[in-house]
Amino acid sequence: MDEAGEKMEAARPAPVLVRLPAHLVVLFPGADRLVPLHAASVAEMVEGLDALWPGMRERICDETPAIRRHINVFVDGRRARLATPLTPGADVFVITAISGG
Amino acid sequence: MARQVFVLVGTRKGAFVLESDAARRSWQLRGPFCETWPTNHVIADPLSGTLYAGGGNEWFGPAVWKSTDLGASWTHSSQGLAYEAGQAPVKAVWSLAAGADGTLYAGVEPAGLFRSTDGGESWSHVDGLQKHPSRPEWNPGGAGLILHSLVLDPSDPNKIWVGISAAGVFASEDGGATWEARNRGTRADFMPEGQNYPEFGQCVHCLVMAPGRRGRLYQQNHCGMYRSDDGGRSWESIEEGLPSSFGFPAAVHPHDPDGLYLIPLNGDIKGRFMPEGNAAVWRTRDAGASWQANRTGLPQGGAYFNVLRQAMATDTLEPAGVYFGSNAGGLYASADEGASWDCVAPHLPTITSVETLVLER
Repeated sequence: MDEAGEKMEAARPAPVLVRLPAHLVVLFPGADRLVPLHAASVAEMVEGLDALWPGMRERICDETPAIRRHINVFVDGRRARLATPLTPGADVFVITAISGG
Repeated sequence: MARQVFVLVGTRKGAFVLESDAARRSWQLRGPFCETWPTNHVIADPLSGTLYAGGGNEWFGPAVWKSTDLGASWTHSSQGLAYEAGQAPVKAVWSLAAGADGTLYAGVEPAGLFRSTDGGESWSHVDGLQKHPSRPEWNPGGAGLILHSLVLDPSDPNKIWVGISAAGVFASEDGGATWEARNRGTRADFMPEGQNYPEFGQCVHCLVMAPGRRGRLYQQNHCGMYRSDDGGRSWESIEEGLPSSFGFPAAVHPHDPDGLYLIPLNGDIKGRFMPEGNAAVWRTRDAGASWQANRTGLPQGGAYFNVLRQAMATDTLEPAGVYFGSNAGGLYASADEGASWDCVAPHLPTITSVETLVLER
């Protein structure tokens, strides 16, 4: 990376850190449980995940569009919706509900 | 060249594959596949040998799984397998069918039809079915508003029949653009007196097409068993001689259009299990004029299981094999056209579907 690139990287906000459930990750060969992503909302985060592993959007969201009924997304400890904004460095948990099994 | 026979089993906890040679005396069981997702239907495209499994997971929604190596590895997709934004989301895939031209169809809950022309990689909504004028009046059956039966004409890709609970049988002759209800002659006993033969709203349980005789269909309905010789435009009851008018699956003989297998249960409000706890598969060789019970090798006494609507199939060998799976997880096989039976996998999860594939290798 040249000097200009280093400056841009330094200026870029910290990524959010997304934690994915094992039984979601297993559906996408090569996917990681812990994913740093640049996203300003939960919806953007889902798009980012789908760009990395095509098809992941449909597993997390339905066509309402909304987060699927038996999946919860928590941002910094609070339950979120697709429109929920993400601040740089936010901790995001994608969790499957116990009701789904 | 040796023949291999595969029995494809959908269960509430994933897909399984059983494999045997043409003698069908011993079976190897593989699975569970599809990450133990609830799997409603597993089929094979007989042309390519590709396996497809349709289901839906309460967490992750609907998907069609695909294996091009007879089950060793699987991928999944639901790209396009969705209604328009704002509609009730697709909950699960219920039925799959592969056409002679390679087109793949998926029936879903809430009732609708999707088509794939790229081997299940992506899907498009066959929205003509939603435009049928009866659509606002469709009511869900006990398992939901499901499109559970898919019949494709082997010689005309434009002809499609579907069974929807509890909306009835619908058919299209233009590739799914327009549809008409085809329920004349089938009863709706659950409707008020005098309204028992409506145009639609019947609770069809399973719809199948006879081989080699154009226009012949059979159906197991919530209210009776029926045969049609005119593509479903009219239906004739064939339930006389059977122990009840209620059951779920139907399977045609692979070579004889007059041959049909049914598994009547004791009744819709009596527990929905084998009559008197004695398991039997009933066979007709004369298109429903007469019936024979086949019990040899099946549990007699204490058999309080049922067989779900997609959980019986025949293979294409001579003599034909017949297979069914129970809600209690027992898979039964007959290598002599249903005359005698063996339990070849006693302890699977609840079995939702059984299909077969015969390969020459």
